[in-house]
Amino acid sequence: MDKAFLTVENLNKRYADDGLPVFDNVSFGIDKGEFVCIIGHSGCGKTTILNVLAGLEAPSGGVVIMDQREVKGPSLDRGVVFQSHALMPWFSVLGNVVFAVRSRWPDWSRSKAEEHARRFIDMVGLKGAESKKPSELSGGMKQRVGIARAFAIEPKMLLMDEPFGALDALTRGVVQDELLKICSATHQTVFMITHDVDEAILLADKIFLMSNGPRARIAEVVVNTMPKTRTRESMHHDPQFYRIRNHLVDFLVHRSRRIQEAGADSVDNLTLIVRPGLAEGAAEQAPVSTPAADNFPQAAA
Amino acid sequence: MKPTHIGWRAACISLAIFACLLLVWHLATAPKAGSESARAGVSAGAPADDEYARLMGKSSSSPVKTSGFPGLAQMGETMRKELANPFYDNGPNDKGIGIQLGYSLARVGLGFAIAAVVAIPLGFLLGMSPLMQRALNPFIQILKPISPLAWMPLALYTIKDSSISGIFVIFICSVWPMLMNTAFGVASVRRDWLNVAKTLEVTPLRKAFLVILPAAAPTILTGMRISMGIAWLVIVAAEMLVGGTGIGYFVWNEWNNLSLTSVIFAILVIGVTGMLLDLVFARLQKLVTYTE
Repeated sequence: MDKAFLTVENLNKRYADDGLPVFDNVSFGIDKGEFVCIIGHSGCGKTTILNVLAGLEAPSGGVVIMDQREVKGPSLDRGVVFQSHALMPWFSVLGNVVFAVRSRWPDWSRSKAEEHARRFIDMVGLKGAESKKPSELSGGMKQRVGIARAFAIEPKMLLMDEPFGALDALTRGVVQDELLKICSATHQTVFMITHDVDEAILLADKIFLMSNGPRARIAEVVVNTMPKTRTRESMHHDPQFYRIRNHLVDFLVHRSRRIQEAGADSVDNLTLIVRPGLAEGAAEQAPVSTPAADNFPQAAA
Repeated sequence: MKPTHIGWRAACISLAIFACLLLVWHLATAPKAGSESARAGVSAGAPADDEYARLMGKSSSSPVKTSGFPGLAQMGETMRKELANPFYDNGPNDKGIGIQLGYSLARVGLGFAIAAVVAIPLGFLLGMSPLMQRALNPFIQILKPISPLAWMPLALYTIKDSSISGIFVIFICSVWPMLMNTAFGVASVRRDWLNVAKTLEVTPLRKAFLVILPAAAPTILTGMRISMGIAWLVIVAAEMLVGGTGIGYFVWNEWNNLSLTSVIFAILVIGVTGMLLDLVFARLQKLVTYTE
């Protein structure tokens, strides 16, 4: 019924059997090659959604379908970049990436796997650090190894849980640029959690805004209408930037709580698709019924 | 600069303490004080003493009376003799210290190796499966506090071989710390690393050897180090009981010979060997420790 690469339908999760669900009725779709960021306050279940997509956690209800197959458990089709980088300290940088490569292609020779791993280490700009142990690397470098490891298995989809949350602003910018470059080169489909509004605007084609938990849901899908060629240095000169930014901040400060207070049963229980970047008035605010995935227009529209 | 400075000062103090100990020993065993008091006080008992001495094959008119506890000179003489030829073998009751030490090390090594072969896989099972952990916990909790020597009669009766019984006792005392530490180390492997292995669909065998084993290795090595320490404590007592060979038997045999210098020498050898064993495991521990 829909052509989205990844479809999530009516996902919900409750941790106590009789308690309120953390999130409820979460439905969305992600197209191939799309970069999606999800923003919401702590406790709205972003990480749980990501873990469900990764197959590390089972939902209480609902289904996830990727590439026409239901997601039931972890798979090499979905690479995960963990917030805490999760590098194995007993392996070198190369060892960490080779470990992933050899898991993906067990019949490859050691030299072939190493060559493949080196390519991705070069890609994240860590050439020369291959033989270092993770403990000898800075936070930014560790996170890059995590990204290289996730990319090296050439997954159909990349899942990132606040990958830059622990980095300082300068390092964060450098690694973001690196990621943007790689993603546009490989047309990687990405689902990423972030708390950083600017990061979302820079990286994402679509930004999912979640209302507060419990009973959180995806309240709005913000389509990033800024040109694909945007860069960190110049994007704040684009008038669209502040319109999108204000929209996102307003949501986080006011609307995320109001939507929760209104309750999931209210008539507002819809996912809005908005394009705040376009000039006032041009932004159509067409409410669509859930599952919203049915009605997603192309991001480029 | 500072650490070496502190190292030198510590070495100086150690040497000073060592010198003091030797001095105290020397003064306590010096013949002068003992012979004077003997001459002054016990003239009445002298004939009987003489007779006893003659019975024991010693001359009653020995010029110096000692307290019986060997002095530094005697000690040095024994050490020189033992170390000059540590591997001589003049029959079951007269073997060199090197041979006796070799027997003990072989027993400890064998018992310890068997314990490792049993404890580490079993520890993996306990660490990975909360069910097995709970099921086996009562047995472990009851068996763990039993003194390994308490197993000796049972071992001797069933195995009917004193040497193997010794190895069994080493096995039973080494197995618990290794088992507990392996189980704990495996159970507390960081969730993140297991999640990485999960998302990479790593096969169970690769996961065990490339993720869990290296992650738990420092904890496992700690267990092995504790086990080795206990095994070395127990082997001396075990060999005193079963007799025949080994450093523990050597101590007991020399006590029966009333050769205190040999006993003291053996004690020193036991201490130095124990320290070296611990050093080996400390080195291994350093090898597998990782910094995050």
